[in-house]
Amino acid sequence: VIIGLKGSSLKETRWTEYLVRFVAGGLVTAAAHVVVREAGPVIGGLFLAFPSIFPATATLVSRHERKKKERLGQQGRRRGIEAAALEADGATLGAVGLAAFGAVVWLLDAPLALATAAWFAVSGLLWLVRR
Amino acid sequence: VIGDLVVRFLIGGAIVSLFSLLGDLLRPKSFAGLFAAAPSIALATLAFAGAKGAIEARSMILGAAGLFVYCRVLSDLLMKLDRPTHVVTLLTIPVWFGVSFGLWWAVLS
Repeated sequence: VIIGLKGSSLKETRWTEYLVRFVAGGLVTAAAHVVVREAGPVIGGLFLAFPSIFPATATLVSRHERKKKERLGQQGRRRGIEAAALEADGATLGAVGLAAFGAVVWLLDAPLALATAAWFAVSGLLWLVRR
Repeated sequence: VIGDLVVRFLIGGAIVSLFSLLGDLLRPKSFAGLFAAAPSIALATLAFAGAKGAIEARSMILGAAGLFVYCRVLSDLLMKLDRPTHVVTLLTIPVWFGVSFGLWWAVLS
């Protein structure tokens, strides 16, 4: 299994797309705080796993894949949708890791760095097993 | 209060952007997909939560179950419906609300 970094993929992303993700992430974080303040931590905590930027991310993935195919003179629409579906499929494993993150903080009162490591370990392991 | 919201907005935006950047860079795509469900909002929120953090984290597990079902349903619908991605991703959001609040009602309320 080869996991790698592809630096050239950053060139495909426009600055406006980075901005959209920054704003969406910032807004949901601020909104989560408002919900915690108004409705309490039990309801507010649900929003820590809200699919905040997933629509933006999946749309970008789909658009980039479509354009890549179109540059080769091929129909890219279907390929773009398939790439977004694959992204969502991968995110299901990330969601299991997210539950592990929550469990580590809740049960062990662990530092956030350790909880983040638990998220990465659980989702990464599931990804390896599924491959 | 406004200052507090602005700080949270900036920190949340920065953490979300960082994980998104990692997702853009990593290959294969199925592995990069893990980063679409990174604990960005949780990190930005729990860093300030103090004693309430454990309660929020417990609820977050139910939210993560909602996210799991949302992503599973979304992946299937994208393939079956053959509609624009932004439309399907947004129209599927009620699935997250249904599962997360359904579990909250069943387990925590």
